[in-house]
Amino acid sequence: MTTTPAPGRATAVAARASELSKIYGQGETRVVALDQVSVDFRQAEFTAIMGPSGSGKSTLMHCVAGLDTFSSGSVRIGDTELGSLKDKQLTRLRRDKIGFIFQAFNLLPTLTALENITLPMDIAGRKPDKAWLEQVIGMVGLSGRLSHRPAQLSGGQQQRVAVARALASRPEIVFGDEPTGNLDSRSGAEILGFLRNSVRELGQTVVMVTHDPVAAAYADRVVFLADGRIVDEVLSPTADSVLDLMKRFDAKGRTS
Amino acid sequence: MFRTALRNVLAHKARLLMTVLAVMLGVAFVSGTLVFTDTVSDAYQNSSAKGFDGVDVAVRPRFQDSEGDRVGKRAELTEALRERAAKVPGAASATGVVTGFTAVADKSGKLLGSGWQSQGGNYWGTRDSRYPLVSGHAPHGPGEVLLDSASARRAGYRTGDTVRISVDGPVLTPRVSGIFTTDDGNVAAGGSLALFDTPTAQSLFGKKGTYDEIDVKAAPGTGQAALKAALDGALPAKAVRTTTGTRLAEDQAEQISASMSGLRQGLLVFAGIALFVGTFIIANTFTMLVAQRTRELALLRAVGASRRQVTRSVLVEALLVGAVAGVTGLVAGIGIGAGLRGLLDAFGVTLPDGPLVVAPATVAAALGVGVVVTALAAWLPGRRAAKIPPVAAMSSVHAKATAKSLVLRNTLGALLSAAGAAAILTATTMKTDIGQVVMGLGAVLLITGVFVLTPLLSRPLIAAAAPLLRLFGVSGRLARQNSVRNPRRTAATASALMIGLTLITGMTVMAGSLQHAIDRMASSAIRADYVVSMTTHGPLSPDVERRLAADPDVTASSPLRDAPSRIDGRTEFLTGVNGRTIGGLTDLKTDDGSFRVGGDRVVVDQDTAKAHHWRAGSELTAYFEDGKAVRLTVSGVYTGNAMIRGIMLDNATLSRHQADPSDMQIMVKTAGGTSEAAKDRLVKALGSNPALQVQDRKDISDGIASAFTLILNMVYGLLGMAVIVAVLGVVNTLAMSVFERAQEIGMLRAIGLDRRAVKRMVRLESLVISLFGGVLGIGLGVFFGWAVGRLLGTRMPTYELVLPWDRMALFLVLAGVVGILAALWPARRAARLNMLGAIKAE
Repeated sequence: MTTTPAPGRATAVAARASELSKIYGQGETRVVALDQVSVDFRQAEFTAIMGPSGSGKSTLMHCVAGLDTFSSGSVRIGDTELGSLKDKQLTRLRRDKIGFIFQAFNLLPTLTALENITLPMDIAGRKPDKAWLEQVIGMVGLSGRLSHRPAQLSGGQQQRVAVARALASRPEIVFGDEPTGNLDSRSGAEILGFLRNSVRELGQTVVMVTHDPVAAAYADRVVFLADGRIVDEVLSPTADSVLDLMKRFDAKGRTS
Repeated sequence: MFRTALRNVLAHKARLLMTVLAVMLGVAFVSGTLVFTDTVSDAYQNSSAKGFDGVDVAVRPRFQDSEGDRVGKRAELTEALRERAAKVPGAASATGVVTGFTAVADKSGKLLGSGWQSQGGNYWGTRDSRYPLVSGHAPHGPGEVLLDSASARRAGYRTGDTVRISVDGPVLTPRVSGIFTTDDGNVAAGGSLALFDTPTAQSLFGKKGTYDEIDVKAAPGTGQAALKAALDGALPAKAVRTTTGTRLAEDQAEQISASMSGLRQGLLVFAGIALFVGTFIIANTFTMLVAQRTRELALLRAVGASRRQVTRSVLVEALLVGAVAGVTGLVAGIGIGAGLRGLLDAFGVTLPDGPLVVAPATVAAALGVGVVVTALAAWLPGRRAAKIPPVAAMSSVHAKATAKSLVLRNTLGALLSAAGAAAILTATTMKTDIGQVVMGLGAVLLITGVFVLTPLLSRPLIAAAAPLLRLFGVSGRLARQNSVRNPRRTAATASALMIGLTLITGMTVMAGSLQHAIDRMASSAIRADYVVSMTTHGPLSPDVERRLAADPDVTASSPLRDAPSRIDGRTEFLTGVNGRTIGGLTDLKTDDGSFRVGGDRVVVDQDTAKAHHWRAGSELTAYFEDGKAVRLTVSGVYTGNAMIRGIMLDNATLSRHQADPSDMQIMVKTAGGTSEAAKDRLVKALGSNPALQVQDRKDISDGIASAFTLILNMVYGLLGMAVIVAVLGVVNTLAMSVFERAQEIGMLRAIGLDRRAVKRMVRLESLVISLFGGVLGIGLGVFFGWAVGRLLGTRMPTYELVLPWDRMALFLVLAGVVGILAALWPARRAARLNMLGAIKAE
């Protein structure tokens, strides 16, 4: 696919997949989850990956984020080629260069909100950058709740902690796996707003998998996957334009 | 519902494995004990029954009690009595029997067999049907002896060889006139039996002209009962008691099973401890299984299962687990029972041969224990399962069992602990016998209380370890938080370890302090260089002391001779000493008067003096065993101890009244003092006698220490089982928490925690829990050790608390090692966890 830089943004690539394939099983049970996918995720851009269930959108994200192995092709994060890395190096890469936001929040119940936010830096044994941390915390509006434990927070607040955790270590790229899937629409909108702000104001790169056209509308760019291939792309999407595109796929006989 | 339960057991095979193992070990311990004691008891009874084949009626002397000023003693079975018994109608023959301790040396001069099994006796006439000769001829006179074939074979003696033998001190060197076989139980158990002709045996065993027993054989056609009746009519009823052979065999069988049942009960106590620890693991496992299946169980309730059905389904699972554990435990127990005999054999303890006995009761006990223990432990989790509301099935979020407040639990625990501690503290000020009961009760209360309190204690104690854990970075911090996350589970896991370590530490502290006390008691009052005694601590011939006194190296010596007497209508044991030397050989504090023994002057220990209201200068009249009275004067009152106490008088005064004096031990001072060379000379001077031991103060201390070490090691071995079960519990808990926290671990891996750090996190959690259990156990153990010591200390003036710091440190390290070992497998599992699967898992 050709890619066009968003207006007024740097054009450097934060992550790139080339001819990426992921195949499960052999012979009759062979399933192609990703079929020679090539895609760039540019710096300071908010990309949404969409597609029906089983289209390979989550697999694509997992492979690019270094969570999963792939069968062939290559993935680069910045200058690092992931295919040649051992588990230990991959772990370090995820720790230092990548931030994650999961659908199920995935906070440690024993840690306070602040401790959860600084966890990746604690693991790395680094001191957090105080000013940056305050900025991130202020942005997600958690200042008053830093000493709370996850069980004392609402779902939306927990996900805000997760967003802050992903941003706090200034990763090169943040991946979100259906970050609003477990939230009501208001909390979801807040989270998406934070993600968009982090891109606009802080220059963060964000890649998010979602099946919600409203969520996708917050992105700068939407990439559509079907049957393990990229089938379309929309720049500066709105909920309606995404929905239209989805309907078109449905009309072609695809099911979600 | 049964099908659901069965499916659940099969589905959670791996998770139930540790539970099965824990119960299995306990059951194996129980059934192994039963199989072993049954087998040994059976073998002993078979071998002892054979020993009474040749006896139809046994005639034994009665003991005549002390009365007034008369010292009690055994009636004498004289030759005249034996002749009368032989002439009773229906009697075919009457054999006089004399027995006593007889040490036989092997060719290198060492004692053959263990001391207490070295027996001697008399060979009746020229052909004794009790002891068929394999070779040689009947012994004749003091120069000839018969040996049993097993001992002869072991030592390599043959007819015609000269053997070194000692009965009460002096060494004899008779010729082996022959070898015989016997069914004697002692010989079957590995002891030796040496036979002399009757007059020699009587003089050696100090029973000139008398017998210990007369065995009467019935003439053909006369029954045992008829013969007994005839004998009762012919012999003086005041002097003798008759018993039929059948009855003797029965009595012995009863005695054997009584002594075996003591051993059995002792072992079962330890098996019980292991099983008790096992119940913690079972309860923990089922609690976790129920928690994991909350939604499933709620669904069952939603589709119409009653509470009782849910409880029952959990209990059925427990029953299945218990049955499997019972059966495998039984099989393992039979193996242990068989293996234990081999093990004892390897340690030189010979047991009579016999088939392995697996009684139906053993099978029932094994299965019963397995099933009952498991069902009991699973009962509470089962009830908790029933309380899950059906609506829990509908909630999308993994319904966490709401953490119930620990307030009630803590209050109860505090009350129990306080009551227990108070009872123990009160008990230390009480008299020993009542104190024991109160202390036992207090100990049970305190252990229960601390167990109930462990969740509360876990927070501050684990927090204390935080600075150390911080060294391990994030892994350490997470480990600490994980270990206090579920205080109940941590508590149950740590308690399992705590119980074993409490007992081990308590025993160690007690044994160490007691050993120290006895050691001081034994050696502090002795100024002598050496103490000579029989290895069996049996009576010594006065010849030995005479021989020592004549030795040029010996500068001073005194025997300690026991003699019963009657004073003011009470039996008092007098200690006969050499009045001139005893003052220099002992170091006893004289509180009143002076330490002077000689003529009619005696010294008395405090307790005896108090009982009789004596003080220095008091006069008393003692009646000796020959019935004569002697006036004695108390010259001093001394502080006695367990080794030396009572009334001490000069042997010159005492021996006139004794028919056959013998010494208990002899204290010796030599010119060379204590040195290897001096000791060697002394041993040589005594004829290198295998039955005698020459000990300096250090030997005495070592002897006491080795006895304690042996007992402690046995206790360690037995309690080790409880510790192994506790380790299984730690493994189980960790495996479960790894399983429960799969999602968290997956997230941690995703955001950058590497495999090593994940492993470290699990290992540290295990270490923290184990050390927590260890600290609690060691602390409680020291407290119990101290308390028991205080109780005993009222009786033992030399008692003081000795804290075995090295051992305690070792136990703590051991607890740590246990923790790390237990974490090996769960940590690997955690590190290998599929990250993506874990993140998605809901």
